[in-house]
Amino acid sequence: MNTDLANESLETMLAEALKKITAADNQQMLDQVRVDYLGKKGLFTQQMKQLSTLSAEQRPAAGQLINQAKSQFQTMLETRKELLHQQVMTERLAAEAIDVTLPSRCHSRGGLHPVTHTLRRIQSILASAGFNVEEGPEIEDDFHNFEALNIPDHHPARAMHDTFYFDEHTLLRTHTSPVQVRVMENQKPPLRVIAPGRVFRCDSDLTHSPMFHQVEGFMVDEDVSFADLKGLLYDFLRTFFERDVDVRFRPSYFPFTEPSAEVDIECVICNGEGCRVCSHTGWLEVLGCGMIHPHVFQSVNIDADQFSGFAFGMGVERLAMLRYGINDLRLFFENDLRFLSQFN
Amino acid sequence: MQFSEAWLREWVNPPVDSQQLVHQLTMAGLEVDSIEPAAPMFSSVVVGEVIDCQPHPDADRLSVCQVSVGTDTVLQIVCGANNVKTGIRVPAAIEGAVLPGDFKIKATRLRGVQSAGMLCAATELGLAEQSDGLMILPADATIGEDIRKYLQLEDTIIEVDLTPNRADCLSIRGIAREAALLNDNTCQQPEFPVTAIASERTQEISVDQPAACPRYLGRVIENVKAFAETPLWMQERLRRSGLRSLGAVIDITNYVLLELGQPLHAFDLDKITGSIHVRYVQTGEKLLLLNEQEITLSDNTLVIADDEKPLALAGIMGGAESAVSEDTVDLLLECAFFSPTAIMGKARNYGLHTDSSHRFERGVDPELQEQAIERATQLIVSIAGGQAGSIVEVTSTDDLPAYQGIVLRRQKLSQVLGQQLPDEMVTGILNGLGMTSSMDSTGWLVTSPSFRFDIAIEADLIEEVARIHGYDQLPRRQMFMPVALSDESETRVTIDRIKDILVDRDYHEAITFSFGDNESLLKFEPELKGLALKNPISSELSTMRTSLWPGLIQALQYNLNRQQERVRLFESGLKFFTQDGQLQQLNVLAGAITGSMYPYAWCEKNRVVDFFDIKADLEAVLGAGRHQMRFIAGSHPALHPGQTAMIEMVDGTSVGIAGMLHPELEEQLGLAGNVFLFELQLTQILQRNVPEFAVLSKFPMLRRDLAVIVKNSIPAESLVNAIQKSAGNMINNVTIFDVYHGKGVESGYKSVALALILQDKLKTLAETEIDTIVSRVLADLSQQFDARLRN
Repeated sequence: MNTDLANESLETMLAEALKKITAADNQQMLDQVRVDYLGKKGLFTQQMKQLSTLSAEQRPAAGQLINQAKSQFQTMLETRKELLHQQVMTERLAAEAIDVTLPSRCHSRGGLHPVTHTLRRIQSILASAGFNVEEGPEIEDDFHNFEALNIPDHHPARAMHDTFYFDEHTLLRTHTSPVQVRVMENQKPPLRVIAPGRVFRCDSDLTHSPMFHQVEGFMVDEDVSFADLKGLLYDFLRTFFERDVDVRFRPSYFPFTEPSAEVDIECVICNGEGCRVCSHTGWLEVLGCGMIHPHVFQSVNIDADQFSGFAFGMGVERLAMLRYGINDLRLFFENDLRFLSQFN
Repeated sequence: MQFSEAWLREWVNPPVDSQQLVHQLTMAGLEVDSIEPAAPMFSSVVVGEVIDCQPHPDADRLSVCQVSVGTDTVLQIVCGANNVKTGIRVPAAIEGAVLPGDFKIKATRLRGVQSAGMLCAATELGLAEQSDGLMILPADATIGEDIRKYLQLEDTIIEVDLTPNRADCLSIRGIAREAALLNDNTCQQPEFPVTAIASERTQEISVDQPAACPRYLGRVIENVKAFAETPLWMQERLRRSGLRSLGAVIDITNYVLLELGQPLHAFDLDKITGSIHVRYVQTGEKLLLLNEQEITLSDNTLVIADDEKPLALAGIMGGAESAVSEDTVDLLLECAFFSPTAIMGKARNYGLHTDSSHRFERGVDPELQEQAIERATQLIVSIAGGQAGSIVEVTSTDDLPAYQGIVLRRQKLSQVLGQQLPDEMVTGILNGLGMTSSMDSTGWLVTSPSFRFDIAIEADLIEEVARIHGYDQLPRRQMFMPVALSDESETRVTIDRIKDILVDRDYHEAITFSFGDNESLLKFEPELKGLALKNPISSELSTMRTSLWPGLIQALQYNLNRQQERVRLFESGLKFFTQDGQLQQLNVLAGAITGSMYPYAWCEKNRVVDFFDIKADLEAVLGAGRHQMRFIAGSHPALHPGQTAMIEMVDGTSVGIAGMLHPELEEQLGLAGNVFLFELQLTQILQRNVPEFAVLSKFPMLRRDLAVIVKNSIPAESLVNAIQKSAGNMINNVTIFDVYHGKGVESGYKSVALALILQDKLKTLAETEIDTIVSRVLADLSQQFDARLRN
């Protein structure tokens, strides 16, 4: 066999093979080309078989030439394979593209009532100061709602609590302070308790709802002072509103505390400049508080000489209105989804 | 308590302006509610005298007046008031005047007659709510003087919202005392001269109830013109305190009430038969009150009576028959001290609330009566004329409040305030409050003055010291916290967790009223009798809820009426009912859903909610407590009988109920579309099982599917239970994956496809073992439910 001739035919074969690779435009065709050349009966395989017809001297050079051609073919094949894979992938990706801005699969989330949000906030802030939540009945007796809280029958303070009655002794609690009495009846100091819940007053207009929510808090221990009360509420209000609001304590009167105070904060709507919400005073009344009255301790058999304590009460809707800028009390109980869904 | 600042400043005039004064009062616990000008702004209104008054030539109701306003020119003013006449002095708004409401006065022609201004009624100057014609000024009013100056209108009206304990401040005298104390000022009480006795007449008085009425003073004044004209200065002060002028004698008793805080009452002496008695009501007595209301008196009411009949409700209101009238000639002036406990709540029982009852039930200075009756006498004699007789006083010293010393311990004071105040400061504050005190090693022994009848115990003194020292002066302390871990039980689920689950499942939390209308409640819970309020706001809010559903349905309807198509609400709270005579206040969680399952569904087929959606929500909620719960067919009057499940724990404890709103009720309520409801008892679902580990099996799980045909009435769950029992501990799980009715299954029957997951903890199950298990299962199903394998 003439090696030059053989060389020539190898080159022709390679050129033919490369053309076929280029012509293969899918994986299947490419596979066929591979089999045609590299398979058991493939053209390169046949070439290699023919090497045995050559002399021992010619064989290495001819073999090398075949290997070179084969290697060139394989490289080309791999490249083409990769290219075809790329094309397929590109097509697939293009075909699978979606509009990610479409809504998710049908799930939406509801929301908690703003009163619950506010209650949770109050509870978690005070929990960090060791206050535990206690609850009590909404239908109360006269003793726990009034008598034990130093509000005897016909006391003028009763007129401040427009009370819903069932009979002479049974009523809807007008505040959550009866929980204070119930806890002190059953537990011994030291006590740090908050009592959240619904309360009821026989009053209904633009700014009064016959039902609303209150949080009563109290602490009893040896040596609890008005200074502790001031410190706690000052910190509480600043934490609750997440700003350094001015806080002031004003003397007031509640039959179950003495000294008693009302707590004002600098108006959070106008920053104390004076606006409609604060009746142009620059201050908002947000809390009532004081040192637990000795008569209250007496009614639950706690020694008022050994122990002292403070109590405070706040209106949850009022705090929610200030916190979220809600301008109408009635919205709280209409349960309009357009309102509720703003607090999810 | 509302009053004129100028009046207060007659008593005490500290060097602070109105705003500062108001701030001081507020910060001392006398919360100022409002501060308003005594009159709205107006200008160029002067005292004018009508020197001539002629009918208008072309208008019946108008008069043409010549008015002197102190200048050389006499003004011609056309006036429409019916009380205009020659000689009267009235406010005249001259050209250029601006009246309240920005009403500008210009020279004009009225029906062809020139008018150079306007004669004014009190309403036109903002000085009265209503008036009848022109405001007639006294005959000695200085013509031409600016009316604002003449009536001292450059004044403010201060309204203080007094707490019930500060009845001592229900008077100018009381507020003045506080203002003086807050400014280290002294209070100048005006001179009240004692009126000379000019009449021999006295009235016999007998106090039958000295405990209720420890002091009663009566004085006859003869020949009084009870309805004489009240001087303008007094009318103005009354007006600034919110009182209308009602004639001299009544005005004077009101004036003294405002000035000193002592209620007084004047009787027409001629209407009194025999003696005055202060006594309790005798059964069946009636009284026609001053306000024309006739009341039947209840037995525990204290009255002022004569020998024959009750004349007045003691300390509350006088009677109409014995009241002063135009015909009154002689009067009996009453000035008493009633014990607060005798008056408390009485006015309210009769639906009354008066300035007098307001004061007596809170307390009045028990030493004030003589001074007050002298003050009133002096004013009556000088304004309404008459001759005063001697005061008849009946006092039971033993029944007057006792002034015992109160001990104020230094240690208690600093314990409560959290600060030790210097002794001199405390003594100074006590003295400033009018208290007498003596000191020893432990503290002070304090006696409070008669006007501080609210001071009874040590805590009252501590509050006074803190108040006068200033709450803002007291320290703020950060509490020490004992380090004690809180009790964190893993056997509890918080309500917060439960609510969050529902919120994540697209529920909104509602809060509805705890009371509703009885009719709606009965529709949902016909067997429960709701507790009715004695004094509801309205019939819609009259009965305590026996179920949360009516409120939730109402909220659901509210939203459906506002173009919401899909509503999912829950609420937690108490419901109320009576069981075996005992009131129950049960904490429940309830929900209502309606509308489509998904808010939008571009990628899925949307559908309306059904029972299994609400069941899924409930399983999520119940899952928080890791309880095995059973849903079993049940019934409830408000729910569809074929779509109601009672929810129970495995041990049979009832946990709640869920189902579809009864179509009958749905129709009645005008609802269109499936509404599903649930209610769970919170105490049950807030408990949680602590997980207990079970060893994992190393061997493979094998699945065998069975489809069995059973009657429709066989609950699917019973098949699952039977399989579990039958396969024993080889079964890992049984799942229903299809329920089929239709072709191939005869009517009245269903095909239930079940996947059995089998696994042994100790070895790999062999085919033969599995076949044995499956055969046993099939045999048991066949025996128990007449089930047959579907081919």
